[in-house]
Amino acid sequence: MPETTTDTSSNGFEPRIVAFFCNWCTYLAADLAGTSRMKYAPNARVIRVMCSGRVDPQFVLEALANGADGVLIGGCHPGDCHYQEGNYKALRRFKLLQRMVADLGVEEERLRLEWISAAEADRVRVVMDEMTDQLRRLGPFRHEEAVMAIAAQQPQEVPV
Amino acid sequence: MTDKPKVAFYWCASCGGCEEAVVDLAEELLGVAAAVDIVFWPVALDFKRADVEAMEDGEILATFVNGAIRTTEQEEMVHLLRKKSKVLVAFGACAQLGGIPGLANLWDREAIFERAYLTSPTTENPAGTVPLTDYAANGHRIQLPGFYDTVMSLDQVTQVDYAVPGCAPTPNLIAAAVGALLSGDLPPLGTVLAPDVALCSECDRRDTKPEDLHITAFKRPHEIIADDETCLLAQGLLCLGPATRAGCGAQCIGANMPCTGCFGPTSRVHDQGAKAASAIASLVGADDPAEIERILDGIPDPIGTFYRYGLPHSLMVRRRQDTVETTA
Repeated sequence: MPETTTDTSSNGFEPRIVAFFCNWCTYLAADLAGTSRMKYAPNARVIRVMCSGRVDPQFVLEALANGADGVLIGGCHPGDCHYQEGNYKALRRFKLLQRMVADLGVEEERLRLEWISAAEADRVRVVMDEMTDQLRRLGPFRHEEAVMAIAAQQPQEVPV
Repeated sequence: MTDKPKVAFYWCASCGGCEEAVVDLAEELLGVAAAVDIVFWPVALDFKRADVEAMEDGEILATFVNGAIRTTEQEEMVHLLRKKSKVLVAFGACAQLGGIPGLANLWDREAIFERAYLTSPTTENPAGTVPLTDYAANGHRIQLPGFYDTVMSLDQVTQVDYAVPGCAPTPNLIAAAVGALLSGDLPPLGTVLAPDVALCSECDRRDTKPEDLHITAFKRPHEIIADDETCLLAQGLLCLGPATRAGCGAQCIGANMPCTGCFGPTSRVHDQGAKAASAIASLVGADDPAEIERILDGIPDPIGTFYRYGLPHSLMVRRRQDTVETTA
């Protein structure tokens, strides 16, 4: 049992992670982790994409805007992309997206990009556990609440 | 009163450029003025709020609202005009997407008041006076509209029927929108009244855009003298044409300046900034993480670049308010 699942610092909060895994590497690694009966945090909803280069930054923001507490992108190691350079495109987009969300006050732990080959099932386990643990400590993203507050926002209080 | 259809114009958090754009219709304005009764237009005509309040619901055929919503008064006026109008049009980038004023969503009221009224280098305010919504002076009470923490686009406040994009909208689009309203030949509700393709498709320089583009250094317009026939992206200028709606005739590029995205996204895009960043980042000509970072350093203000006209309308809406820093 990984120690993260016994962490009680989060008051029972279980983060929701949306994970975009590339069809050729990370998804197969997750598959292998499953068939190898590895135990890891069940907090990620895995979405299989053909390539990490398919992950539009809009997907990441859409996930956060719709209730995700963190987004994980998994692709092939540099040089191993099934489509030659899709993972490099993912890396470039990720680097720029990181800068953008930082300016919007989103904690950097909420986004993560990992290169995980089809053989690295244990890496899936470690990353899933680590990220879940970090997000537990960080707390929920609560984007919905932030947006609702805007719709119902009040002008400044009348000072005395 | 005549039987001519009634039209109103209103401005919220805006610069006045959209009002200019109406006047830019030039002699076509005479045709518009002859075909309609302008019943409310604070910048040009002396009608008051009470005149609007006295109208029947739905009496105005169309109201064109420009500017974003950031005060209680703007919100009240927008609700009033919505009630009195059959058609409500978000006119210009601020009403449609939040616009330049929407970049204030990187801060909040407290931070903005502090900067504007207390700490900016040109401010002399020893008494520390900031705007109040209610103030007593000389036996009178003075009331000002309240100021919101978050700037909103028009459709975040009320139902909007159409949008005319642009900062400011171009005369061809305004004329087409007015023509469509008067003829009653209207597209489905919610339509943005401009072509639904990217600007590159109507850019004169599109044939000079390389198939495979690798940018190894982003240049800012003041740093180079751009060739006036070649694709600006190919010259390293950050042109948002690939991720911006067409319809302006690529006027900025015609003046050798890159597109900054004022026409907003096409209908297939949910988040203009993310999509634009995606398009630009994929052109970065490096595979090494450190080299990618170095090239991205050439975009010093990514939010101000990719969300210049649309932060309130974006998926994230604003900077998370609990992370806004004040300068004090």
